[in-house]
Amino acid sequence: MRDRMSGNEAVAFAMKQIDPDVMGAFPITPSTEIPQYFSKYIADGEVHTEFVAVESEHSAMSTCIGASAAGARAITATSSAGLAYMWELLYVAASSRLPIVMAVVNRALTGPININNDHSDSMGCRDSGWIQIYAENNQEVYDNYIQAMPVAEHCRLPIMICQDGFITSHAVENIELLEDEQVRSFVGEYDPEHYLLKKDEPLAVGPYGISPYYMEIKKGQAEAMKESRTRIYEVAEAFAKISGRSYGMIEEYMMDDADFAVVLIGSSAGTAKAAAHGLREAGIKAGVIKVRVFRPFPWEELRKALRGVKAVAVMDKSEGFSGWGGPLFAETRAALYDLEESARPLLQSLVYGLGGRDVTVSTFEAIYEDLARTAEAGTVEHIYRHVGVRGDEEGIQG
Amino acid sequence: MNINEQSKWYELTTGAEIFEPATSREVKTGEWRTRTPVFDKEKCKQCLLCVPFCPDVSIPVERGERLETNLDYCKGCGICAKVCSFGAITMEEL
Amino acid sequence: MTYKLKEELNKKERFAQGHRLCAGCGAGVAVSAVLRALDEEDKAVVSNATSCLEVSTFIYPDTAYEDSYIHSAFENAAAMTGGVETAYRVLKKRGKIDENFKFICFGGDGGTYDIGLQSLSGAMERGHDMVYVCYDNEAYMNTGIQRSSATPRFADATTTPVGTKSYGKIQNKKDLTAIIAAHGVPYVAQTTMLGNFRDIHEKAHRAIYTEGPCFLNVLAPCPRGWRYGMDDLAEICRLAVDTCVWPLYEVVNGKWHLTYEPRTKLPVSDFLEKQGRFAHMFRPGNEWMIDEAQQYVDEKWENLKARCE
Repeated sequence: MRDRMSGNEAVAFAMKQIDPDVMGAFPITPSTEIPQYFSKYIADGEVHTEFVAVESEHSAMSTCIGASAAGARAITATSSAGLAYMWELLYVAASSRLPIVMAVVNRALTGPININNDHSDSMGCRDSGWIQIYAENNQEVYDNYIQAMPVAEHCRLPIMICQDGFITSHAVENIELLEDEQVRSFVGEYDPEHYLLKKDEPLAVGPYGISPYYMEIKKGQAEAMKESRTRIYEVAEAFAKISGRSYGMIEEYMMDDADFAVVLIGSSAGTAKAAAHGLREAGIKAGVIKVRVFRPFPWEELRKALRGVKAVAVMDKSEGFSGWGGPLFAETRAALYDLEESARPLLQSLVYGLGGRDVTVSTFEAIYEDLARTAEAGTVEHIYRHVGVRGDEEGIQG
Repeated sequence: MNINEQSKWYELTTGAEIFEPATSREVKTGEWRTRTPVFDKEKCKQCLLCVPFCPDVSIPVERGERLETNLDYCKGCGICAKVCSFGAITMEEL
Repeated sequence: MTYKLKEELNKKERFAQGHRLCAGCGAGVAVSAVLRALDEEDKAVVSNATSCLEVSTFIYPDTAYEDSYIHSAFENAAAMTGGVETAYRVLKKRGKIDENFKFICFGGDGGTYDIGLQSLSGAMERGHDMVYVCYDNEAYMNTGIQRSSATPRFADATTTPVGTKSYGKIQNKKDLTAIIAAHGVPYVAQTTMLGNFRDIHEKAHRAIYTEGPCFLNVLAPCPRGWRYGMDDLAEICRLAVDTCVWPLYEVVNGKWHLTYEPRTKLPVSDFLEKQGRFAHMFRPGNEWMIDEAQQYVDEKWENLKARCE
């Protein structure tokens, strides 16, 4: 069925169709609407979910941990400082292998306070053991959310379904929705093997893991994360059958013969595609790679897609403060290490869009022009640069 | 549940959860003891006041009577001896 | 309900041997006493803030609980327990479970008075059907006897050490029981381990079987942190109560009741002199410390009596 919805409403609508057991959430811009919409569904008796209106995001994640271990399907939604406040517990949820589903509406972290979009919040917790899936537009947010539980519950890993604050969360777009029945049968019943409330089988969760065990426990998580890739593809394939929409770890746009490419995450991919499309008409072989799944990291897919490309800008919507480029750049660069030198692209890190800084088609045109110059020079002059910063002579203005 | 410090990573439980009750009984904390409670059944009036005071749940009760201290777990703190008004428990270096 | 120790001790213990709490630890005694108050036919989920109790009672793969148990972090035990209780209500409503479960959460004074206070306040306010039990040993014992807001004035703790310019902790103990009572929850009580355990048993039973959020504050002496002989638990608890340092009372639907009034109120020094953490108070020239400690206890006690009907 066709409708018009904001990204936040699309997520809340997906939650309603799934009808999970427990939601614990605390309002924070720009994800606030998700628990609001959902509370209205509860108030109108459209779902059976218990909403726990906690006093903080810390307690939201704690509620989810308790509920999930108890045998319930547990969800939450948050942004920015709220996600940062959950940080410690993200690791706990992951190590206890609780398949909690969290809708993240990406927003800059405070310092200074800023309510607009970038990815510093979820990038900051990229190593917490959660699967992370990002969306370009409202349709993808909805589709990713429907796929979240079949992935998380099979792998016994928690999952973040991320979208860009305001850009997709608040913008109303056309959207194709599945029927409730389709969603319910796709997502299925949650039937964990062990849970606190199981009859005649007491369960203990969250031990003190001393050194002789801690590393084996981490290895278990690491293997589950590696294997989750297979499940992500399986679920995407099944989803394509009911929706007609296909997903993978990354999306390649005009990459078959691309000389120049940008690699990025989220809503800016749409703008990049528009720019690449325009440049193609001018005979410039531009392409775009959108990273949909950041955890587990799609290193094989990126290595394959970037093989032989002349020059590539890996664009991070978060400042890693490594002094050497953003996190997506660092990991993409590492993924290309094993390529033979002739196939290895010239690579640079572009940090862009922090705190809601706009990027337009002309920004991407400037980036592609710069990539063309880099390719021609055969060397990367500045590896680590920023986009659109006033007075930044090493950066890209566009 | 057969998990020990030689278990391989894939032999541990997923999420480090334990789905069996009271597995701690495998751990014989009686090894910690430096003093041992000696129970004199003759002097004991079965008031049972020593029992709930045992931090190690090591004074078994059956049909309303306390039995010998379970030395597998007793850490020898001596609280039981101190709360006994009848001198039925003495702490000894054994 | 008439309390009979013998009958209670005939029940199967829910707190198991083999835990690794110190010899003489008051926390273990408190936990087994509270869990003994569960009716035999009821199931429970025991939850725990990071604490001495947690790191001693669930060391992988050894759990010291007959019931289900969950720990996740230091400061979130109440919220986490609220999540478990909420799941219980939903799964029951959906017909996925049919047994009766009770939810009992244990935290130390660090996890309760301090780092977990927000989480506890939130869970109490939201009305989860659970019991939160603080086992109060008056300092962060798990990390090595640092002061908490539950540490009494003058106590020698490792972050309030006695020195040439310091007499120990400067501030008085936070009155957490009154703070939780101010939430308007149905049942709040202060207790400790005494005699035949009637006081702690009855309060725990009432807390577990009163619908809604209930709170127990249990004084749980720590021989290492308080520096007394490890066999002295019963006497230390008795002195805390008979000096009115730790009054026994309950707040039932907002009504305050003393549950014990010492026949002879003993001087506070009787309690202090047993413990190494207060030893400096008995040095010549430091008499004012004992006087001020006595004055503080007297004022609190008179205020409490005035509050109780």
